[in-house]
Amino acid sequence: MDLKKFADEIRLYTMKELNNRGFGHYGGSLSIIETLAVLYGKEMNIDAAHPDNENRDYFVLSKGHAGPSLYATLFLKGYISEETLMSLNNNGTNLPSHPDKNLTKGIDVTTGSLGQGLSVATGVAYGNKLKGLNNYTYCIVGDGELNEGQCWEAIQFANHHKLHNLILFVDDNKKQLDGYTKDINNPMDFVTKMQAFGLNSFRINGNNISEVEEAITKAKENEASTTAIIMDTIKGYGVTAVEKIMNNHHLRPDCSLQFELERAVLELENKAKGQVPYR
Amino acid sequence: MSELRQIYAETIAELAKKDDRVVVLEADLSSSMATANLKETMGERYINVGIMEAHEVSMAAGLSVTGHIPFVHSFAPFISRRAFDQVFISLAYSKNHAILVGSDVGITAEMNGGTHMSFEDLALMRVIPNITIYEVSDPQQFKDILYHCYSHSGLYYIRTMRKKAPRLTDQICDLKSGYREIIKGSSGTIFSTGFLLPECMKAAENLAKKNIHVSVIETFRIKPLNKEMLIEAAKKGPIVTVDNHSITGGIGSAIAEVLSEEYPSKIKRLGVDEKFGQVGSTNFLKTQYGLTAKDIVLAMEKLVN
Repeated sequence: MDLKKFADEIRLYTMKELNNRGFGHYGGSLSIIETLAVLYGKEMNIDAAHPDNENRDYFVLSKGHAGPSLYATLFLKGYISEETLMSLNNNGTNLPSHPDKNLTKGIDVTTGSLGQGLSVATGVAYGNKLKGLNNYTYCIVGDGELNEGQCWEAIQFANHHKLHNLILFVDDNKKQLDGYTKDINNPMDFVTKMQAFGLNSFRINGNNISEVEEAITKAKENEASTTAIIMDTIKGYGVTAVEKIMNNHHLRPDCSLQFELERAVLELENKAKGQVPYR
Repeated sequence: MSELRQIYAETIAELAKKDDRVVVLEADLSSSMATANLKETMGERYINVGIMEAHEVSMAAGLSVTGHIPFVHSFAPFISRRAFDQVFISLAYSKNHAILVGSDVGITAEMNGGTHMSFEDLALMRVIPNITIYEVSDPQQFKDILYHCYSHSGLYYIRTMRKKAPRLTDQICDLKSGYREIIKGSSGTIFSTGFLLPECMKAAENLAKKNIHVSVIETFRIKPLNKEMLIEAAKKGPIVTVDNHSITGGIGSAIAEVLSEEYPSKIKRLGVDEKFGQVGSTNFLKTQYGLTAKDIVLAMEKLVN
Protein backbone atom coordinates (compact mmCIF):
# COMPACT_ATOMS: atom_id res chain seq x y z
CA MET A 1 0.00 0.00 0.00
CA ASP A 2 1.14 3.53 -0.78
CA LEU A 3 1.17 4.86 2.79
CA LYS A 4 1.53 8.51 1.77
CA LYS A 5 -1.57 8.20 -0.38
CA PHE A 6 -3.34 6.39 2.46
CA ALA A 7 -2.44 9.22 4.87
CA ASP A 8 -3.78 11.78 2.35
CA GLU A 9 -7.04 9.85 2.16
CA ILE A 10 -7.35 9.64 5.95
CA ARG A 11 -6.75 13.38 6.13
CA LEU A 12 -9.33 14.05 3.40
CA TYR A 13 -12.03 12.01 5.12
CA THR A 14 -11.15 13.38 8.57
CA MET A 15 -11.74 16.87 7.19
CA LYS A 16 -14.95 15.89 5.38
CA GLU A 17 -16.26 14.26 8.54
CA LEU A 18 -15.44 17.24 10.78
CA ASN A 19 -16.60 19.85 8.26
CA ASN A 20 -19.83 17.94 7.79
CA ARG A 21 -20.55 18.25 11.52
CA GLY A 22 -19.29 21.82 11.49
CA PHE A 23 -17.08 21.69 14.57
CA GLY A 24 -14.77 19.35 16.46
CA HIS A 25 -11.27 18.35 17.52
CA TYR A 26 -9.38 19.25 14.34
CA GLY A 27 -5.86 19.85 15.70
CA GLY A 28 -5.13 16.60 17.52
CA SER A 29 -6.97 14.48 14.95
CA LEU A 30 -4.74 15.78 12.15
CA SER A 31 -1.42 15.43 13.99
CA ILE A 32 -1.58 11.61 14.32
CA ILE A 33 -2.64 10.72 10.76
CA GLU A 34 0.79 9.49 9.57
CA THR A 35 0.90 7.11 12.57
CA LEU A 36 -2.59 5.81 11.79
CA ALA A 37 -1.60 5.34 8.13
CA VAL A 38 1.44 3.23 9.01
CA LEU A 39 -0.40 1.20 11.66
CA TYR A 40 -3.58 0.49 9.70
CA GLY A 41 -1.96 0.49 6.27
CA LYS A 42 1.01 -1.74 7.05
CA GLU A 43 1.84 -2.79 10.59
CA MET A 44 -1.30 -4.03 12.21
CA ASN A 45 -2.63 -7.53 11.74
CA ILE A 46 -6.31 -6.68 11.43
CA ASP A 47 -9.27 -7.68 9.30
CA ALA A 48 -12.53 -5.77 9.15
CA ALA A 49 -14.31 -9.05 8.39
CA HIS A 50 -13.06 -10.53 11.69
CA PRO A 51 -12.83 -7.62 14.12
CA ASP A 52 -12.92 -9.90 17.17
CA ASN A 53 -10.13 -12.28 16.13
CA GLU A 54 -8.11 -12.66 19.34
CA ASN A 55 -4.83 -12.92 17.44
CA ARG A 56 -5.28 -9.46 15.94
CA ASP A 57 -3.21 -6.48 16.94
CA TYR A 58 -4.97 -4.04 19.26
CA PHE A 59 -5.08 -0.27 19.04
CA VAL A 60 -5.86 2.09 21.91
CA LEU A 61 -6.39 5.77 21.13
CA SER A 62 -5.75 7.00 24.67
CA LYS A 63 -6.07 10.61 23.46
CA GLY A 64 -9.67 9.81 22.62
CA HIS A 65 -10.51 13.30 21.33
CA ALA A 66 -8.65 12.37 18.12
CA GLY A 67 -11.48 9.93 17.38
CA PRO A 68 -12.40 11.59 14.04
CA SER A 69 -9.14 10.58 12.31
CA LEU A 70 -9.42 7.04 13.70
CA TYR A 71 -12.99 6.85 12.34
CA ALA A 72 -11.80 8.03 8.91
CA THR A 73 -9.16 5.28 9.01
CA LEU A 74 -11.72 2.64 10.01
CA PHE A 75 -13.96 3.80 7.13
CA LEU A 76 -11.11 3.44 4.62
CA LYS A 77 -10.35 -0.04 6.04
CA GLY A 78 -13.96 -1.13 5.61
CA TYR A 79 -15.10 -1.22 9.25
CA ILE A 80 -17.75 1.47 8.90
CA SER A 81 -19.73 2.98 6.04
CA GLU A 82 -19.36 6.51 4.68
CA GLU A 83 -22.85 7.22 5.95
CA THR A 84 -21.76 6.23 9.46
CA LEU A 85 -18.59 8.32 9.11
CA MET A 86 -20.69 11.37 8.32
CA SER A 87 -22.81 10.83 11.44
CA LEU A 88 -20.03 12.04 13.77
CA ASN A 89 -21.59 13.59 16.88
CA ASN A 90 -25.10 13.60 15.46
CA ASN A 91 -27.88 12.87 17.93
CA GLY A 92 -27.98 9.12 18.57
CA THR A 93 -24.80 8.49 16.57
CA ASN A 94 -22.49 5.48 16.77
CA LEU A 95 -19.55 7.83 16.31
CA PRO A 96 -19.15 9.95 19.44
CA SER A 97 -16.32 12.47 19.82
CA HIS A 98 -14.40 9.91 21.87
CA PRO A 99 -14.20 6.25 20.72
CA ASP A 100 -16.60 3.74 22.27
CA LYS A 101 -15.95 0.03 21.77
CA ASN A 102 -19.60 -0.78 22.35
CA LEU A 103 -20.79 1.55 19.58
CA THR A 104 -18.26 1.38 16.76
CA LYS A 105 -16.91 -1.66 14.92
CA GLY A 106 -13.13 -1.72 15.05
CA ILE A 107 -12.72 0.17 18.33
CA ASP A 108 -10.89 -2.04 20.83
CA VAL A 109 -11.01 0.19 23.90
CA THR A 110 -13.34 2.98 25.02
CA THR A 111 -11.36 6.14 25.73
CA GLY A 112 -11.90 9.82 26.40
CA SER A 113 -11.16 10.28 30.07
CA LEU A 114 -7.50 11.17 29.63
CA GLY A 115 -4.85 9.03 31.29
CA GLN A 116 -6.92 5.86 31.47
CA GLY A 117 -6.36 4.49 27.96
CA LEU A 118 -2.68 3.81 28.53
CA SER A 119 -3.44 1.80 31.69
CA VAL A 120 -6.08 -0.15 29.78
CA ALA A 121 -3.52 -0.74 26.98
CA THR A 122 -1.06 -2.23 29.49
CA GLY A 123 -3.88 -4.54 30.62
CA VAL A 124 -4.55 -5.59 27.02
CA ALA A 125 -0.83 -6.23 26.41
CA TYR A 126 -0.50 -8.12 29.71
CA GLY A 127 -3.65 -10.15 28.99
CA ASN A 128 -2.45 -11.14 25.51
CA LYS A 129 0.92 -12.14 26.95
CA LEU A 130 -0.88 -14.32 29.51
CA LYS A 131 -2.69 -16.02 26.65
CA GLY A 132 0.64 -16.71 24.95
CA LEU A 133 -0.24 -14.61 21.92
CA ASN A 134 2.44 -12.89 19.86
CA ASN A 135 0.37 -9.87 18.89
CA TYR A 136 1.06 -6.20 19.59
CA THR A 137 -0.89 -3.49 21.34
CA TYR A 138 -0.35 0.01 19.97
CA CYS A 139 -1.32 3.05 21.98
CA ILE A 140 -1.24 6.77 21.19
CA VAL A 141 -1.18 9.23 24.09
CA GLY A 142 -1.17 13.00 23.80
CA ASP A 143 1.63 15.18 25.14
CA GLY A 144 -0.96 17.10 27.15
CA GLU A 145 -2.45 13.82 28.33
CA LEU A 146 0.87 12.97 29.96
CA ASN A 147 -0.04 15.64 32.54
CA GLU A 148 -2.18 12.89 34.04
CA GLY A 149 -0.36 11.07 36.84
CA GLN A 150 -2.07 7.81 35.93
CA CYS A 151 -0.03 7.67 32.68
CA TRP A 152 3.14 7.42 34.71
CA GLU A 153 1.63 4.67 36.87
CA ALA A 154 1.01 2.75 33.65
CA ILE A 155 4.49 3.46 32.28
CA GLN A 156 6.13 2.21 35.50
CA PHE A 157 3.96 -0.91 35.32
CA ALA A 158 4.74 -1.52 31.62
CA ASN A 159 8.45 -1.38 32.34
CA HIS A 160 8.25 -3.59 35.44
CA HIS A 161 6.50 -6.30 33.44
CA LYS A 162 8.69 -5.77 30.35
CA LEU A 163 5.66 -5.43 28.10
CA HIS A 164 7.59 -5.37 24.83
CA ASN A 165 4.32 -6.23 23.07
CA LEU A 166 3.12 -2.71 23.90
CA ILE A 167 4.30 0.08 21.60
CA LEU A 168 3.52 3.55 22.81
CA PHE A 169 3.40 6.69 20.67
CA VAL A 170 3.47 10.14 22.23
CA ASP A 171 1.89 12.74 19.97
CA ASP A 172 4.18 15.58 21.00
CA ASN A 173 2.44 18.36 19.10
CA LYS A 174 3.55 20.81 21.82
CA LYS A 175 0.07 22.10 22.51
CA GLN A 176 -2.81 21.21 24.79
CA LEU A 177 -6.27 22.78 25.00
CA ASP A 178 -5.22 25.96 26.78
CA GLY A 179 -1.93 26.60 25.00
CA TYR A 180 1.66 25.35 24.76
CA THR A 181 2.43 22.41 27.06
CA LYS A 182 5.63 24.16 28.18
CA ASP A 183 3.62 27.18 29.34
CA ILE A 184 0.78 25.33 31.07
CA ASN A 185 2.89 22.93 33.18
CA ASN A 186 6.25 22.18 31.59
CA PRO A 187 6.45 18.43 30.96
CA MET A 188 10.22 18.58 30.17
CA ASP A 189 11.69 16.10 27.71
CA PHE A 190 9.61 12.98 27.20
CA VAL A 191 12.51 10.85 25.90
CA THR A 192 14.52 11.50 29.06
CA LYS A 193 11.49 10.78 31.23
CA MET A 194 10.60 7.55 29.44
CA GLN A 195 14.20 6.38 29.61
CA ALA A 196 14.31 7.20 33.31
CA PHE A 197 11.29 4.91 33.71
CA GLY A 198 13.25 2.14 31.96
CA LEU A 199 11.56 2.29 28.57
CA ASN A 200 13.23 2.12 25.19
CA SER A 201 12.56 5.63 23.91
CA PHE A 202 13.63 7.88 21.05
CA ARG A 203 12.35 10.87 19.10
CA ILE A 204 11.20 11.00 15.49
CA ASN A 205 9.32 13.29 13.15
CA GLY A 206 5.84 11.86 13.61
CA ASN A 207 4.50 13.51 10.49
CA ASN A 208 7.01 11.62 8.34
CA ILE A 209 5.77 8.24 7.14
CA SER A 210 9.21 6.62 6.71
CA GLU A 211 10.33 7.71 10.17
CA VAL A 212 7.21 6.19 11.72
CA GLU A 213 7.81 2.96 9.80
CA GLU A 214 11.43 2.77 10.90
CA ALA A 215 10.50 3.55 14.50
CA ILE A 216 8.07 0.63 14.64
CA THR A 217 10.70 -1.71 13.17
CA LYS A 218 13.12 -0.54 15.87
CA ALA A 219 10.47 -1.01 18.55
CA LYS A 220 9.78 -4.57 17.44
CA GLU A 221 13.47 -5.41 17.52
CA ASN A 222 13.58 -4.47 21.17
CA GLU A 223 12.26 -7.32 23.29
CA ALA A 224 13.63 -6.04 26.58
CA SER A 225 10.96 -3.47 27.38
CA THR A 226 8.13 -1.32 26.15
CA THR A 227 9.11 1.21 23.50
CA ALA A 228 7.89 4.79 23.71
CA ILE A 229 8.18 6.61 20.39
CA ILE A 230 8.13 10.35 21.00
CA MET A 231 6.77 11.99 17.88
CA ASP A 232 7.45 15.60 17.04
CA THR A 233 4.26 16.55 15.28
CA ILE A 234 2.43 19.67 14.22
CA LYS A 235 -1.02 20.16 15.65
CA GLY A 236 -3.35 20.41 12.66
CA TYR A 237 -0.68 18.96 10.32
CA GLY A 238 -1.50 18.89 6.63
CA VAL A 239 -4.19 21.56 6.70
CA THR A 240 -2.59 25.00 6.67
CA ALA A 241 -5.77 26.73 7.76
CA VAL A 242 -5.77 24.65 10.97
CA GLU A 243 -2.01 24.64 11.53
CA LYS A 244 -1.86 28.44 11.61
CA ILE A 245 -4.47 28.80 14.35
CA MET A 246 -2.88 29.00 17.79
CA ASN A 247 -5.78 27.47 19.73
CA ASN A 248 -6.66 24.67 17.31
CA HIS A 249 -7.55 21.92 19.77
CA HIS A 250 -11.26 22.28 19.12
CA LEU A 251 -12.62 24.50 16.37
CA ARG A 252 -16.06 25.96 15.90
CA PRO A 253 -15.38 27.85 12.66
CA ASP A 254 -16.90 31.17 11.68
CA CYS A 255 -17.91 31.73 8.02
CA SER A 256 -14.45 32.75 6.89
CA LEU A 257 -12.75 29.75 8.50
CA GLN A 258 -15.49 27.47 7.20
CA PHE A 259 -14.63 28.64 3.70
CA GLU A 260 -10.94 27.90 4.28
CA LEU A 261 -11.70 24.45 5.68
CA GLU A 262 -13.92 23.61 2.71
CA ARG A 263 -11.18 24.78 0.36
CA ALA A 264 -8.76 22.48 2.24
CA VAL A 265 -11.06 19.57 1.42
CA LEU A 266 -10.97 20.52 -2.29
CA GLU A 267 -7.18 20.67 -2.14
CA LEU A 268 -7.00 17.27 -0.45
CA GLU A 269 -9.39 15.86 -3.05
CA ASN A 270 -7.23 17.21 -5.87
CA LYS A 271 -4.14 15.82 -4.17
CA ALA A 272 -5.81 12.41 -3.89
CA LYS A 273 -6.54 12.56 -7.62
CA GLY A 274 -2.88 13.40 -8.23
CA GLN A 275 -3.61 16.97 -9.34
CA VAL A 276 -1.64 20.04 -8.38
CA PRO A 277 -3.10 21.51 -5.17
CA TYR A 278 -5.20 24.62 -5.67
CA ARG A 279 -3.63 27.54 -3.86
CA MET B 1 -15.51 -18.62 62.51
CA SER B 2 -13.52 -17.89 59.34
CA GLU B 3 -11.89 -14.69 58.29
CA LEU B 4 -13.60 -13.22 55.25
CA ARG B 5 -10.25 -12.43 53.63
CA GLN B 6 -9.33 -16.11 53.84
CA ILE B 7 -12.59 -16.98 52.11
CA TYR B 8 -11.75 -14.44 49.40
CA ALA B 9 -8.31 -15.91 48.76
CA GLU B 10 -9.53 -19.52 48.89
CA THR B 11 -12.39 -18.85 46.50
CA ILE B 12 -10.15 -17.09 43.98
CA ALA B 13 -7.71 -20.02 44.20
CA GLU B 14 -10.55 -22.47 43.46
CA LEU B 15 -11.80 -20.44 40.52
CA ALA B 16 -8.31 -19.86 39.15
CA LYS B 17 -7.58 -23.58 39.29
CA LYS B 18 -10.47 -24.41 37.01
CA ASP B 19 -10.41 -21.36 34.75
CA ASP B 20 -7.36 -19.70 33.19
CA ARG B 21 -9.32 -16.52 32.61
CA VAL B 22 -9.37 -15.69 36.33
CA VAL B 23 -6.88 -13.00 37.35
CA VAL B 24 -6.48 -11.24 40.69
CA LEU B 25 -5.23 -7.69 41.20
CA GLU B 26 -3.89 -6.06 44.33
CA ALA B 27 -2.54 -2.59 45.01
CA ASP B 28 -0.01 -3.39 47.74
CA LEU B 29 -2.61 -4.79 50.14
CA SER B 30 -2.20 -8.50 49.47
CA SER B 31 -0.86 -9.09 52.98
CA SER B 32 -3.94 -7.39 54.40
CA MET B 33 -6.29 -9.43 52.21
CA ALA B 34 -4.53 -12.83 52.52
CA THR B 35 -3.98 -13.01 48.77
CA ALA B 36 -0.16 -12.93 48.83
CA ASN B 37 0.10 -16.72 48.60
CA LEU B 38 -1.94 -16.77 45.40
CA LYS B 39 1.21 -15.81 43.54
CA GLU B 40 2.52 -19.34 44.07
CA THR B 41 -0.47 -21.01 42.43
CA MET B 42 -1.57 -18.32 40.00
CA GLY B 43 1.83 -17.11 38.80
CA GLU B 44 1.47 -14.24 36.35
CA ARG B 45 -2.29 -14.23 36.84
CA TYR B 46 -1.65 -12.73 40.27
CA ILE B 47 -0.79 -9.07 39.69
CA ASN B 48 0.31 -6.69 42.41
CA VAL B 49 0.51 -3.29 40.73
CA GLY B 50 1.83 -1.46 43.78
CA ILE B 51 0.15 1.57 45.29
CA MET B 52 -1.71 2.55 42.11
CA GLU B 53 -5.45 2.14 42.53
CA ALA B 54 -6.28 4.21 39.43
CA HIS B 55 -3.99 2.09 37.28
CA GLU B 56 -5.16 -1.09 39.00
CA VAL B 57 -8.77 -0.47 37.95
CA SER B 58 -8.04 0.64 34.37
CA MET B 59 -5.50 -2.14 33.88
CA ALA B 60 -8.20 -4.61 34.96
CA ALA B 61 -10.34 -3.22 32.15
CA GLY B 62 -7.63 -4.16 29.65
CA LEU B 63 -7.53 -7.68 31.06
CA SER B 64 -11.30 -7.88 30.65
CA VAL B 65 -10.96 -6.71 27.02
CA THR B 66 -8.75 -9.76 26.39
CA GLY B 67 -11.35 -12.08 27.91
CA HIS B 68 -9.99 -12.39 31.45
CA ILE B 69 -12.11 -12.14 34.60
CA PRO B 70 -10.40 -9.75 37.01
CA PHE B 71 -10.97 -9.72 40.78
CA VAL B 72 -9.76 -6.31 41.93
CA HIS B 73 -9.24 -5.50 45.59
CA SER B 74 -8.31 -2.50 47.68
CA PHE B 75 -9.58 -0.93 50.87
CA ALA B 76 -13.09 0.41 50.21
CA PRO B 77 -12.20 4.14 50.19
CA PHE B 78 -9.42 3.61 47.66
CA ILE B 79 -11.27 1.36 45.22
CA SER B 80 -14.28 3.71 45.28
CA ARG B 81 -13.37 7.25 46.24
CA ARG B 82 -9.85 7.35 44.86
CA ALA B 83 -10.41 5.38 41.64
CA PHE B 84 -13.96 6.50 40.96
CA ASP B 85 -13.52 7.81 37.42
CA GLN B 86 -11.56 4.69 36.49
CA VAL B 87 -14.37 2.50 37.85
CA PHE B 88 -16.92 4.65 36.05
CA ILE B 89 -15.24 4.94 32.63
CA SER B 90 -12.72 2.10 32.23
CA LEU B 91 -15.08 -0.51 33.67
CA ALA B 92 -18.74 0.56 33.84
CA TYR B 93 -19.14 2.83 30.81
CA SER B 94 -16.95 0.49 28.77
CA LYS B 95 -19.11 -2.50 29.80
CA ASN B 96 -16.24 -4.66 31.03
CA HIS B 97 -16.67 -7.71 33.26
CA ALA B 98 -14.90 -7.16 36.59
CA ILE B 99 -15.41 -7.82 40.28
CA LEU B 100 -14.36 -4.99 42.60
CA VAL B 101 -13.87 -5.83 46.24
CA GLY B 102 -13.69 -3.05 48.81
CA SER B 103 -12.56 -4.17 52.25
CA ASP B 104 -12.31 -2.64 55.72
CA VAL B 105 -15.64 -0.95 55.23
CA GLY B 106 -16.93 1.80 57.47
CA ILE B 107 -16.02 1.52 61.12
CA THR B 108 -14.24 -1.82 60.64
CA ALA B 109 -11.24 0.25 59.47
CA GLU B 110 -10.82 0.92 63.23
CA MET B 111 -7.31 2.24 64.01
CA ASN B 112 -6.62 3.33 60.43
CA GLY B 113 -9.02 6.15 61.20
CA GLY B 114 -10.67 8.84 59.12
CA THR B 115 -8.50 8.61 56.01
CA HIS B 116 -9.30 4.91 55.62
CA MET B 117 -12.91 4.87 56.88
CA SER B 118 -15.36 4.65 53.99
CA PHE B 119 -18.75 6.14 54.76
CA GLU B 120 -19.28 7.11 51.12
CA ASP B 121 -18.36 4.10 48.95
CA LEU B 122 -21.97 2.94 48.57
CA ALA B 123 -23.16 6.43 47.70
CA LEU B 124 -20.52 6.62 44.95
CA MET B 125 -20.99 3.13 43.58
CA ARG B 126 -24.79 3.23 43.67
CA VAL B 127 -24.89 6.04 41.12
CA ILE B 128 -23.10 3.91 38.49
CA PRO B 129 -25.61 2.59 35.92
CA ASN B 130 -26.09 -1.20 35.88
CA ILE B 131 -23.51 -2.02 38.56
CA THR B 132 -24.51 -4.77 41.00
CA ILE B 133 -23.58 -4.13 44.63
CA TYR B 134 -23.35 -6.64 47.46
CA GLU B 135 -22.33 -6.39 51.08
CA VAL B 136 -21.33 -9.62 52.75
CA SER B 137 -21.75 -10.72 56.32
CA ASP B 138 -20.69 -14.35 56.46
CA PRO B 139 -18.16 -16.69 54.86
CA GLN B 140 -20.45 -18.98 52.85
CA GLN B 141 -22.38 -16.02 51.52
CA PHE B 142 -19.15 -14.34 50.39
CA LYS B 143 -18.14 -17.48 48.53
CA ASP B 144 -21.55 -17.83 46.87
CA ILE B 145 -21.46 -14.20 45.74
CA LEU B 146 -17.93 -14.50 44.35
CA TYR B 147 -18.97 -17.55 42.32
CA HIS B 148 -22.02 -15.70 41.04
CA CYS B 149 -19.98 -12.65 39.97
CA TYR B 150 -17.44 -14.88 38.26
CA SER B 151 -20.04 -16.66 36.18
CA HIS B 152 -22.27 -13.73 35.19
CA SER B 153 -20.73 -11.00 33.06
CA GLY B 154 -21.10 -7.49 34.47
CA LEU B 155 -19.57 -5.02 36.89
CA TYR B 156 -19.77 -5.83 40.60
CA TYR B 157 -18.82 -4.08 43.81
CA ILE B 158 -18.59 -6.29 46.87
CA ARG B 159 -18.31 -4.51 50.19
CA THR B 160 -16.76 -6.55 52.97
CA MET B 161 -14.97 -6.55 56.27
CA ARG B 162 -11.72 -8.49 56.27
CA LYS B 163 -11.62 -10.30 59.56
CA LYS B 164 -13.61 -12.91 61.44
CA ALA B 165 -17.33 -12.98 60.83
CA PRO B 166 -19.76 -15.27 62.60
CA ARG B 167 -22.27 -17.20 60.56
CA LEU B 168 -25.50 -15.40 61.43
CA THR B 169 -28.03 -17.81 60.02
CA ASP B 170 -28.29 -21.26 58.51
CA GLN B 171 -30.46 -19.89 55.74
CA ILE B 172 -28.95 -20.26 52.33
CA CYS B 173 -28.07 -17.13 50.46
CA ASP B 174 -30.65 -16.83 47.68
CA LEU B 175 -28.87 -14.66 45.13
CA LYS B 176 -32.03 -14.31 43.09
CA SER B 177 -33.98 -12.62 45.88
CA GLY B 178 -30.98 -10.67 47.19
CA TYR B 179 -32.07 -10.71 50.83
CA ARG B 180 -32.36 -12.91 53.91
CA GLU B 181 -34.91 -12.52 56.67
CA ILE B 182 -32.71 -13.43 59.61
CA ILE B 183 -35.39 -12.81 62.26
CA LYS B 184 -39.10 -12.90 61.49
CA GLY B 185 -41.47 -10.40 63.07
CA SER B 186 -44.88 -8.91 62.42
CA SER B 187 -44.85 -5.30 63.60
CA GLY B 188 -41.91 -3.69 61.79
CA THR B 189 -38.56 -4.30 60.10
CA ILE B 190 -34.93 -3.51 60.72
CA PHE B 191 -32.87 -3.47 57.53
CA SER B 192 -29.12 -3.73 57.50
CA THR B 193 -26.13 -5.42 55.90
CA GLY B 194 -22.73 -6.75 56.92
CA PHE B 195 -21.00 -5.87 60.13
CA LEU B 196 -23.92 -4.28 61.97
CA LEU B 197 -26.34 -7.20 61.58
CA PRO B 198 -25.49 -8.67 65.03
CA GLU B 199 -26.46 -5.30 66.59
CA CYS B 200 -29.75 -5.43 64.70
CA MET B 201 -30.41 -8.97 65.90
CA LYS B 202 -29.69 -7.98 69.48
CA ALA B 203 -32.05 -5.02 69.08
CA ALA B 204 -34.81 -7.29 67.74
CA GLU B 205 -34.40 -9.61 70.73
CA ASN B 206 -34.61 -6.68 73.15
CA LEU B 207 -37.66 -5.31 71.37
CA ALA B 208 -39.32 -8.73 71.56
CA LYS B 209 -38.95 -8.59 75.34
CA LYS B 210 -41.03 -5.41 75.15
CA ASN B 211 -43.57 -7.23 72.99
CA ILE B 212 -42.49 -5.47 69.78
CA HIS B 213 -41.79 -8.21 67.28
CA VAL B 214 -39.78 -6.97 64.33
CA SER B 215 -38.08 -8.65 61.40
CA VAL B 216 -34.39 -8.28 60.70
CA ILE B 217 -33.76 -8.37 56.98
CA GLU B 218 -30.32 -8.48 55.45
CA THR B 219 -30.47 -6.76 52.05
CA PHE B 220 -27.12 -8.21 51.03
CA ARG B 221 -27.77 -7.16 47.44
CA ILE B 222 -27.88 -3.39 47.76
CA LYS B 223 -28.30 -2.74 44.05
CA PRO B 224 -30.67 -3.64 42.57
CA LEU B 225 -32.82 -3.84 45.69
CA ASN B 226 -35.71 -6.28 45.83
CA LYS B 227 -38.61 -3.82 45.58
CA GLU B 228 -41.40 -6.36 46.15
CA MET B 229 -39.79 -7.48 49.38
CA LEU B 230 -39.44 -3.88 50.57
CA ILE B 231 -43.10 -3.15 49.89
CA GLU B 232 -44.23 -6.30 51.73
CA ALA B 233 -42.04 -5.36 54.69
CA ALA B 234 -43.39 -1.82 54.72
CA LYS B 235 -46.96 -3.17 54.91
CA LYS B 236 -46.11 -4.77 58.27
CA GLY B 237 -45.10 -1.58 60.03
CA PRO B 238 -42.34 0.97 60.53
CA ILE B 239 -38.81 0.59 59.25
CA VAL B 240 -35.42 1.29 60.78
CA THR B 241 -32.38 1.07 58.54
CA VAL B 242 -28.88 0.68 59.93
CA ASP B 243 -25.91 1.76 57.83
CA ASN B 244 -22.19 1.22 58.47
CA HIS B 245 -21.99 4.17 56.07
CA SER B 246 -23.28 7.69 55.68
CA ILE B 247 -27.05 7.97 55.85
CA THR B 248 -26.67 9.85 52.56
CA GLY B 249 -26.52 7.31 49.76
CA GLY B 250 -26.36 4.19 51.92
CA ILE B 251 -28.87 1.36 52.24
CA GLY B 252 -31.28 3.48 54.26
CA SER B 253 -31.21 6.06 51.55
CA ALA B 254 -31.74 3.41 48.85
CA ILE B 255 -34.68 1.86 50.72
CA ALA B 256 -36.25 5.26 51.40
CA GLU B 257 -35.97 6.13 47.70
CA VAL B 258 -37.94 3.01 46.75
CA LEU B 259 -40.59 3.26 49.45
CA SER B 260 -41.22 7.00 49.13
CA GLU B 261 -42.40 6.28 45.58
CA GLU B 262 -43.89 2.80 45.94
CA TYR B 263 -45.30 2.61 49.47
CA PRO B 264 -44.72 5.71 51.66
CA SER B 265 -43.84 4.51 55.14
CA LYS B 266 -42.47 5.58 58.48
CA ILE B 267 -38.69 5.19 58.20
CA LYS B 268 -35.77 6.10 60.45
CA ARG B 269 -32.30 5.92 58.92
CA LEU B 270 -29.53 5.20 61.40
CA GLY B 271 -26.00 5.71 60.10
CA VAL B 272 -23.22 8.23 59.99
CA ASP B 273 -24.71 11.69 59.74
CA GLU B 274 -22.46 14.51 58.42
CA LYS B 275 -19.37 13.12 60.12
CA PHE B 276 -15.97 11.87 59.03
CA GLY B 277 -14.28 8.74 60.30
CA GLN B 278 -11.91 8.62 63.27
CA VAL B 279 -9.70 6.10 65.02
CA GLY B 280 -11.27 3.77 67.54
CA SER B 281 -12.41 0.24 68.25
CA THR B 282 -15.60 -0.85 66.54
CA ASN B 283 -17.40 -0.80 69.91
CA PHE B 284 -16.30 2.79 70.53
CA LEU B 285 -17.20 3.84 67.00
CA LYS B 286 -20.65 2.22 67.16
CA THR B 287 -21.35 4.43 70.17
CA GLN B 288 -19.87 7.52 68.49
CA TYR B 289 -22.09 7.18 65.43
CA GLY B 290 -25.25 5.89 67.15
CA LEU B 291 -25.13 2.38 65.70
CA THR B 292 -25.64 0.23 68.83
CA ALA B 293 -28.51 -2.14 69.57
CA LYS B 294 -29.70 0.45 72.06
CA ASP B 295 -29.90 3.14 69.38
CA ILE B 296 -31.82 0.77 67.11
CA VAL B 297 -34.29 -0.14 69.90
CA LEU B 298 -34.94 3.53 70.67
CA ALA B 299 -35.49 4.38 67.02
CA MET B 300 -37.94 1.53 66.50
CA GLU B 301 -39.85 2.26 69.73
CA LYS B 302 -40.26 5.86 68.67
CA LEU B 303 -41.75 4.80 65.34
CA VAL B 304 -43.99 2.08 66.79
CA ASN B 305 -45.44 4.31 69.48
